[in-house]
Amino acid sequence: MATDGLASLLGVFDISLDKLSNGELWLAQFFRGLSDGATYASVALALVMIYKSTGFINFAQGSLALLGVYLVYVFSVEQGLPVAVAVVCAMVASAAVAAFVERVFIRPFPPDHVLPLVIVTLGLLLIIDSAVGIVWGFRTRSLPSMFPRGAPIEWGIAQLTWRTIGNLGTVFAVVGLLYLLLSRTKTGLAFRAVSSNLESARLVGIRVGPTLGFGWALAAAIGTLGGALVVPDLLLEPSIMLRVLIFSLAAAALGGLDSMVGAVLGGLVVGLARNLLVTFLDLSELALATAVAVILVVLLVRPTGLFGSTRVERV
Amino acid sequence: MSADYLEVRGLKAAYGDIRVLHGIDFSVAEGQIAVILGANGAGKTTTLRALCAMVAVEGSIRLAGEELAGRRTADIVRRGVAHVPQGRGTFPDLSVDENLLAGAFVRTDGQVRADAERWYEAFPVLGERRSQAAGSLSGGEQQMLAIARALMLRPTLLLLDEPSLGLAPMITRSLFEQLTAINAEAGTTMLVVEQNAALALGVADRAYVLEAGEVALSGPAGELAADDNVRRAYLGY
Repeated sequence: MATDGLASLLGVFDISLDKLSNGELWLAQFFRGLSDGATYASVALALVMIYKSTGFINFAQGSLALLGVYLVYVFSVEQGLPVAVAVVCAMVASAAVAAFVERVFIRPFPPDHVLPLVIVTLGLLLIIDSAVGIVWGFRTRSLPSMFPRGAPIEWGIAQLTWRTIGNLGTVFAVVGLLYLLLSRTKTGLAFRAVSSNLESARLVGIRVGPTLGFGWALAAAIGTLGGALVVPDLLLEPSIMLRVLIFSLAAAALGGLDSMVGAVLGGLVVGLARNLLVTFLDLSELALATAVAVILVVLLVRPTGLFGSTRVERV
Repeated sequence: MSADYLEVRGLKAAYGDIRVLHGIDFSVAEGQIAVILGANGAGKTTTLRALCAMVAVEGSIRLAGEELAGRRTADIVRRGVAHVPQGRGTFPDLSVDENLLAGAFVRTDGQVRADAERWYEAFPVLGERRSQAAGSLSGGEQQMLAIARALMLRPTLLLLDEPSLGLAPMITRSLFEQLTAINAEAGTTMLVVEQNAALALGVADRAYVLEAGEVALSGPAGELAADDNVRRAYLGY
């Protein structure tokens, strides 16, 4: 009776015991999960940077990254630059676009009124995604990766590819550089001061607007880098970053929204969860739903995420 | 009166449609301490905020003869005006040491580190907690940190909004002793909003009483302390 029940349950999810006992498959999906997770983590880092400094989620973050990824395509495939050079150029360009967008669409609003700002970022999402569609069309393209093909380490079907290693290395390097920037430089001090207490930041002479504009530029560059890591595994088309954004949102929520370390670990967990669920429960149609489920569970069980800070304020 | 370091004429300020200041005049001579007294809602905090362009203003604000009205907060700070806002003047997520460095944000001289050490000496409790997050300090310690943070600017004009708020009487007294010492030593001009009128009048050179957004009374602090109306309304005896 019990085995019947188990069998039918496994049947519903199309789980085969062969799959579950296949160690190489586990390892293969583990590596893929880490690789995907690193890309979600990069975009999650960008979300966390804006959330930390302004207290709202920039829904246009994925769209700025989308624009950046199309620029990578232009620079590398159309102009023939080496992919890594194309990525750096696209990061600079998307930072410039983000600084412009922040100056024109964000700064006119008072920084402590979050709701109008969130609506504006939603509007920007729609505008930028549509603009990309108009300019480059809706046909799918493939984007080359910065990293070479092949895998230096293999166990049967489980491969630790250069791409996985590159994705992980890149995201850890970004976190390290961000940490140094924020903790060791005057710009970083200004950024953290604005995040911590807007009014006192003004009163020590920090120019709040340009500081937040710098945050937008930096976040867009990081988001573009994240896009350049993730898109080669998928196909480039104008809605691609919206899907990535949802996984990255889940990663950021899991990490606590205001923690950079949390964003990275959250990204890795979401990447692993997605790949394992899709492979072993055969839930490929529900992959996005797993991200939404993560967001829901985090909000219900632990609203501050794994590493988020609970703000205690004197009144 | 031309030697006044801070000279304010016809200062008006409003939050949206609600006018809080109806054209006030006051001045503080160089190196002196002035205190603003008044009931809740009289416009004391708004007056200090107006001086730092934290609220939209009309009228004239002259600092050492230079017009500040119409300038931005960041520029006013660069002219040596430090403001300790009421209650939350620190960066709670930054360490005590980073709070002091942030206070010196606009300075480009090489004395910042030495100044921080100086204030750690003046406020030893901050020195013991320099790598601790400011948000983890007690209310009194945070208030000291907010003041030390403001002094890191090497201000020529220090604005203090209710420095005694939430502090134990003994700590308040030693804080005011520190402030008078700094005033005597560095010649820092100070403008203080304070509920503890007896204490404030004791250290101030000049006093202004605000009522409903207008200056109701002004004069040397000693004279106001002896005024019957002031005594009844603010000193409580």
